[in-house]
Amino acid sequence: MTHRSRRLLKVPALTRVEGEGALHVELTGDTVTELRLDIYEPPRYFEALLRGRRYTEPPDITARICGICPVAYQMSACAAIEDACGVEVDDRVAELRRLLYCGEWIASHALHIHLLHAPDFLGCANVVELARRHRPEVERGLALKQAGNAVLELVGGRAIHPFNVRLGGFHRAPSAAELRTLAEQTLRPARDAALACVEWVSTFDFPDVAATPELLALTDRRYPLDRGSPRTSSAVAFPVRAFEEHVVEEQVPHSTALHARLVGGGAYLTGPLARYALNRGVLSPLAREAADAAGLGARCDNPFRSIVVRAVELVYAIDEALRIIDAYEPPRPPAIDVAPRAGIGYGATEAPRGVLFHRYELAADGSVRTARIVPPTAQNQATIEADLRAFVQENLDMPDDDLAAACERVVRNHDPCISCATHFLRLTRTHR
Amino acid sequence: MATEPARPSLAVWKFASCDGCQLTLLDCGDALLTLAARLHIAAFPEASSMIEPGPYDVSLVEGSITTEEDAARIRDIRARSTLLVAIGACATAGGIQALRDLADVDEFRAQVYPHPEYVRSLATATPISAHVPVDLELHGCPIDRGQLVEVLGALLAGRKPDLPVHSVCAQCKARGTPCLPVVAGVPCLGPVTRAGCGALCPAYGRGCFGCFGPVERPNTRALVALLRHQGMSPADIGRVFRTYTATTAQFRAAAEEGARS
Repeated sequence: MTHRSRRLLKVPALTRVEGEGALHVELTGDTVTELRLDIYEPPRYFEALLRGRRYTEPPDITARICGICPVAYQMSACAAIEDACGVEVDDRVAELRRLLYCGEWIASHALHIHLLHAPDFLGCANVVELARRHRPEVERGLALKQAGNAVLELVGGRAIHPFNVRLGGFHRAPSAAELRTLAEQTLRPARDAALACVEWVSTFDFPDVAATPELLALTDRRYPLDRGSPRTSSAVAFPVRAFEEHVVEEQVPHSTALHARLVGGGAYLTGPLARYALNRGVLSPLAREAADAAGLGARCDNPFRSIVVRAVELVYAIDEALRIIDAYEPPRPPAIDVAPRAGIGYGATEAPRGVLFHRYELAADGSVRTARIVPPTAQNQATIEADLRAFVQENLDMPDDDLAAACERVVRNHDPCISCATHFLRLTRTHR
Repeated sequence: MATEPARPSLAVWKFASCDGCQLTLLDCGDALLTLAARLHIAAFPEASSMIEPGPYDVSLVEGSITTEEDAARIRDIRARSTLLVAIGACATAGGIQALRDLADVDEFRAQVYPHPEYVRSLATATPISAHVPVDLELHGCPIDRGQLVEVLGALLAGRKPDLPVHSVCAQCKARGTPCLPVVAGVPCLGPVTRAGCGALCPAYGRGCFGCFGPVERPNTRALVALLRHQGMSPADIGRVFRTYTATTAQFRAAAEEGARS
């Protein structure tokens, strides 16, 4: 058999992902000799610029790391700083935060499913093209996105960078009547739309791929969004405050990449596939039925089918938002006082893309001494690269252009948010 | 077969930013598909895998310039665009990452990266207008969806967009929100901040924190005196002006004056 001695696959600019990255795959004979998810998104130095800021500010400032999941940053920041200050919010505040977080999940998942991911399965370059051929499904998707935005706008004040969140709670608590209107006019119809969405995406044609990386997700008595304890698929469990003892980031020689790995383990995956595998039992009955009907088992090992898991989580987030609204009593006052004190606090929540960890060290006067943020895409980079490596190895027969395009799809399966990940990922362009 | 009338082509570009302002375009809901029918989206990497080389009738640009490569890239985009619209606090004022301008970027880099020598970036995060001529600026962190639709609608109609130049106070009055500093003694940057958000924060009982940046000629001296009177420390007054648009001349001066007090 003759084989080409060297093949170079390049995707100079990844599209339909949040942020700026490139893909570089080198094959020598039939072996992948180099594979890199290159990130050229410029660094923004959040952890450095947070130092000296007042302890009340990180929820607003870190929201600016990501326009797609600002609430995740606000929630992890509040959890960490309240931990440092020795304050625990009451159940009413906690439930309202969870409702806000549901809004972000709905908006983010609806966006990824319909605008970023679905075009891959239906041979379209973008949502405009998709809308020409699948107008009702796209309109349904945009309505779902709007439903998420409606929650974010009422509870958070606006859809992107909500401003109503503060340490200890909210500036203003919505009235029960406002939320009831939201439930009746927007969320109930959205729940039906989400169920139809699960059905739709489950009919897509999925490449036959299986990957069984180690998984990491928060676990709790409810499906994890705003709280929970980290746990792995190997049943290693630890408290949030021990996150940095279990997850280490290592710098790879010759690059600026810090690859996260589990101590005593290795590369791992966080996000919808991990959450689903570790928390399926606490999905709402409706979401679990939708998962069953879509043919998802106890764990989904095909990253291409992550779109189905996201759709199931979309059902869950709407269902959960309705449950919270049904039992809602406005927190009075909307926020409790959080007085500063010297100390270190830890917080982790489930961003739409996976576990988002924050740690803050505060001085006695309430100024931030140090900050550390570990976003989900940073944790997933090594596993995304492993997926790519396996995929390329299995599909050596594809022509270069097709293979490069397929690799881009492999990356999109994980909904990477490169804007979030930049303080972690490779930041230099390698010119060869 | 009837030929399709030529639609203006639109491109959307990202520099150092959070993606939130370009996401605003995808958040336009039904208006998105309506706009898509009247505009030809020629390049929008975050939303489309089809990128045409241009030239483009309109480029929307998000983010600030923080690397040599990006400084070259914005010049290239400018050269291929008839109209260039900078969207959001990063593109119009540097954004939160411009706080590095007031600090030592090498020290910042060493704080975040174990091997800072591999990370290249400029010492500053600068607005698009510091590099190329900009035809229109849309402010805000993030921009307002209504303002974005207004700008695109105006461009399609060939008219000047109707964007307010007054302060947030006028929008508070328009929506009937009681003045927070007056009724509750809450510190508020509304008097010196550009309108456009719809005066959202005060309606939720939160003082404006200036995410749309300064009005053209703000009376920051009077506001600094009021903030001081409301019990804010000099350090806190300096800090509130050093956030999302810290390097604008107006807020830079206000921060210095506040911190001196």
